[in-house]
Amino acid sequence: MKIIVSNRSGVAIYEQIKEQIKAAIFSGELREDDILPSIRGLARDLKISVITTTRAYSDLEQEGFVVNMQGKGCYVLPRNTELARENALHKIEDGLNAAIAAAKAENMSKDEVIERINLLWEVDYE
Amino acid sequence: MNNILEVRELSKNYGAFTLNGVTFDVPRGFIMGFIGPNGAGKTTAIKLILGVIQGDSGSVKLFGDENANAKNQKIGVVMDAPLYVDDWAVRDVEAAVSPFYPNWNAAGFAGYLKRFGLEAKKKVKELSRGMKVKLQIAVALSHDAQLLILDEPTSGLDPVARDEICDLLREFVTDENKSVFFSTHITSDLEKTADYITFILGGNIVFTGTKDALTEKYCRVTGGLDDIDGEQKKFVTGYREHGTGFEGMAETANVEKLPSAVLSEPITLDEIIIFMCREAKVND
Repeated sequence: MKIIVSNRSGVAIYEQIKEQIKAAIFSGELREDDILPSIRGLARDLKISVITTTRAYSDLEQEGFVVNMQGKGCYVLPRNTELARENALHKIEDGLNAAIAAAKAENMSKDEVIERINLLWEVDYE
Repeated sequence: MNNILEVRELSKNYGAFTLNGVTFDVPRGFIMGFIGPNGAGKTTAIKLILGVIQGDSGSVKLFGDENANAKNQKIGVVMDAPLYVDDWAVRDVEAAVSPFYPNWNAAGFAGYLKRFGLEAKKKVKELSRGMKVKLQIAVALSHDAQLLILDEPTSGLDPVARDEICDLLREFVTDENKSVFFSTHITSDLEKTADYITFILGGNIVFTGTKDALTEKYCRVTGGLDDIDGEQKKFVTGYREHGTGFEGMAETANVEKLPSAVLSEPITLDEIIIFMCREAKVND
């Protein structure tokens, strides 16, 4: 899998790693029982501290995405459908909030926005 | 916590300079950067740890409670200038040091020479600074050192050589039983690599802990001259005014006590050193 760390994004490096691994799990690129790169190997490869990668992995473990088996490595847990749904809802709400804010700024009605959604929905699946 | 090195209340009085109750731990499996301006006591502290000089008081515990001989086997030292005779060829260095290490790995040493581009027949005095550092690291790796202690390994090196040295150190700690303790004033080398930082200023340890704890503890603050009053200035370390405003750093916990017009942003290790030194000079 691909992990790219930006030094200028302003987002903490452990956060960047965490989000990219999560994205790979949600997209299905990482599947149940896949093994993550070792904490120390990843730190060496990305030229970052061991504490940073450890923090990213332990956050992922706490959030229920992976399990760390002492001495064996870090494994991806079965995809939690509830968690995946939660994540999707979160993304949808973010996008809709932006859409609603743009609509309100231009005094457009709710119906107009819903009409747009209907239109785009069809386009996307044709 | 499993510490590879424990330093307690280490003191040494030189009259003009005093190392004052230096206390810190190096956890096993991590890289600790030892930072501070020139003359802060970094090299003195390292020499005390290595037993090259005797302290007035305090204790140094390496690898728990092992005997002195076992300890020496497990430490790899990289000093500012190598302790090898200038006229020795690289192969003479091996002949001179290997008898001291029963577990000397000759094949390993040859491998490191090849990897680092070190020629066995080259004399020590003909090596560049970067090559001298690499030679010392090759020696340390060839007797399977568990703890690398390096004094300014990257100073005077170009960015490419510095990057190579830092890569080597990171590779070293992919083994979770090994640690690196290195002093430097080039903090960009530590910004990403170091797990822990110990910061010494004027012979006193002003911080020891994880690098994240240090950079999260402080913020860089800037603002206009009218934005801050005398009482609030007390929260700003290394306060300095210039034509269009002021700059300094504040503890993150104190930022909310400053007016909202003051801009606070993440701080670099370099800036922490600069502001702390500036504050120390003002108080002198």
